[in-house]
Amino acid sequence: MTNAAMSGTYLGEGSGPRAWLLTTDHKRVAWLYLVSLTAFFFLGGAMAVLMRIELATPAGDLVSDDVYNRLFSLHGIIMVWFFLVPSIPASLGNFLLPLMIGARDLAFPRLNLASWYVFISGSLFALFAVVAGGVDTGWTFYTPLSTLYANGWVSTAAFGVFIVGFSTIMTGINFIVTVHTLRAPGLTWFRLPIFVWTLYATSLVMVLATPVLAASLILIVLERVFGIGIFNPALGGDPLLFQHLFWFYSHPAVYIMILPGMGVVSEVLPCFSRRPLFGYKAVAMSSIAIAVFGFLVWGHHMFVSGQSAYAGVVFSFLSFCVAIPSAIKVFNWSLTLRKGEISFETPMLYALFFLALFTFGGLAGLFLASLAVDVHVHDTYFVIAHFHYIMVGGMVTAYMAGLHFWWPKMTGRMYSETAGRIAATVTFIGFNLTFFPQYVLGFDGMPRRYHTYPPEFQFWNVLSSAGAVVLAIGYLMPLFYLGWSLFRGARAPDNPWNATGLEWQTGSPPPPHNFETMPVVTRPAYAYDMKGLEHERFSPHREEAAG
Amino acid sequence: MSGTESIAFDTPQRERRADTFAMWVFIGSEAMLFGAIFLVFLVAHVDFGPAFAAASKHLSLPLGTFNTAVLITSSFTMALAHRLALQRRWRATVWALVVTSGLGLCFLVVKGIEYGKEIGEGLAPLLGMPFRYAGPDPVHAEFFFGLYFAMTSLHALHLIGGIVVIAGMIALWRTASPANRLRRVVTVGLYWHFVDIIWVFMFPVLYLINR
Repeated sequence: MTNAAMSGTYLGEGSGPRAWLLTTDHKRVAWLYLVSLTAFFFLGGAMAVLMRIELATPAGDLVSDDVYNRLFSLHGIIMVWFFLVPSIPASLGNFLLPLMIGARDLAFPRLNLASWYVFISGSLFALFAVVAGGVDTGWTFYTPLSTLYANGWVSTAAFGVFIVGFSTIMTGINFIVTVHTLRAPGLTWFRLPIFVWTLYATSLVMVLATPVLAASLILIVLERVFGIGIFNPALGGDPLLFQHLFWFYSHPAVYIMILPGMGVVSEVLPCFSRRPLFGYKAVAMSSIAIAVFGFLVWGHHMFVSGQSAYAGVVFSFLSFCVAIPSAIKVFNWSLTLRKGEISFETPMLYALFFLALFTFGGLAGLFLASLAVDVHVHDTYFVIAHFHYIMVGGMVTAYMAGLHFWWPKMTGRMYSETAGRIAATVTFIGFNLTFFPQYVLGFDGMPRRYHTYPPEFQFWNVLSSAGAVVLAIGYLMPLFYLGWSLFRGARAPDNPWNATGLEWQTGSPPPPHNFETMPVVTRPAYAYDMKGLEHERFSPHREEAAG
Repeated sequence: MSGTESIAFDTPQRERRADTFAMWVFIGSEAMLFGAIFLVFLVAHVDFGPAFAAASKHLSLPLGTFNTAVLITSSFTMALAHRLALQRRWRATVWALVVTSGLGLCFLVVKGIEYGKEIGEGLAPLLGMPFRYAGPDPVHAEFFFGLYFAMTSLHALHLIGGIVVIAGMIALWRTASPANRLRRVVTVGLYWHFVDIIWVFMFPVLYLINR
């Protein structure tokens, strides 16, 4: 990648391991994250493929029940803690946040690099548990299973997740302080791109929720290693307490996972429909609303755990409330498209697929928020389908949208547009084929976490397993054409999509300190309707960037 | 850049403001950590009040009170360090920092003596050690002591962190610019006061319930 053309850019600053592993440049740290996250994504994905192969037949013929328990636990632990939570913030967010607000770097560049090392140590620590024999508690580490009965390496895995939590908090603090203190002159809060708003909301959740997870994981480790019985009824403890603590973090954590995806889509949709984002303030504020409401709905994971019926009613009501800001976003995105000059480049395809899948998954969330329906579908494949529609159909699709949208900026290269569109479509088809049958299965009563099932469920399971293969192809394709573009792709212009936003006003790839002259902002975000944009189509730098 | 540690900032003043702000955000995060643990304690206290009150009487009130005084004094010397740093009286600042971390060490030593005493009396339900408790409702008293050790050791870990950071700050003192010295004293000071305040809540909750 490094050659004469890259000199003067951040990629031209040395290519040895030292130049990458000891860098404090947020753009390079983003790459460290991107590479490690990709590895975890495919590792977690491989576990899922094994599970789907097992589930193609009703009998347990490929793996034993014990191995199956370990497979889905590791799939969940890897995907949630080591991929989804850091995915967009730590890779795209890390790369783009300073560029989008016109800063030279994040507020604390060394803290940023440290966060990656903490992330890697924690995740390798947890992976050690895999090699040593696995964990069979699911990603949630529910007590008393995890404290009294589980025979796997629970303490090791939980401690690994605990360490990774520190890296999350570091990133959160760094982002919050950066947004507060390093915005370019003229870049007021309501001129910030929505991606920055969502990263900010995400960071708030990271900083305020992760420590509660840390507390609950510490208590598990204390119980397993030191014998302090916080969750053990025989010692006076309360197993349900763990669920309260865990979901107090982990429900907000699902918003950590989806909010940045919403931010990416808010960037992509206006750009490829040549329209300003409809209802900018509503979209910005709904991000904060989601972050706040997200803290008040954890009880909806516990409708059947024996919490009081009154608590159930309140949590059910609040869970319906959290749908409102999400719906505000969906409606505003849809209205952004109205009367737009829509073109279907790869990032746009992914963003539109996000819109469809997120809406579909979100509506199923309303079913689950209803007390009576939840009793029927609790712990069935309906729940699996719901959160995969949000987490995979929503978040991973948005991640792919963002990756394709900013790939030219990050690498200075263009990828094959045809390959991109094919991959996006294959992903969409494969995804629906995999997860739509699981709604049906769940509603018909197939419970999650079993490696065998009655033969009448086989039809939908075979469909789902076939879909998983298509989905895997959809996710593997970008690995090849994006990888190929690094070496053979056409040179990217500074602003290939003719987009607004400060990150497009600097070089592709950007210079080491992001901007040759520090930018000054005079317009709102998404000024796609303003005069002068035609002119910018040919000029890489806006006039006001110089002044 | 003009004397800032991070290339992102134009002036040391802006960097100091950002550092202080970052520490406040971190304290918010820490408050949630301790908040969760306090919540666990309070829920248990609502359920098993009498057992907790009885178990609490087995803690050493004199040592706990002494330690509270030690920590509050250390916060005073930390505040003094902040003031002296603002006046650029660097020598005196270092002395104030040394006294602060010394008081922190003193707290840890006394806490260690307390732990030793409790372990000796068989009040530590840790690592399979026998739990010998004469009072009523020993099962929930054991829960109380479990929480007591979890909470106080978590606090002690934070205090150790503070002492290590102060030691590091003193070690790097000679090479640090005045702006960096002030910035570090202010930021570390905030953290120190926070750890102190956690103890100010922990002390009544653990030692003084139903006295």
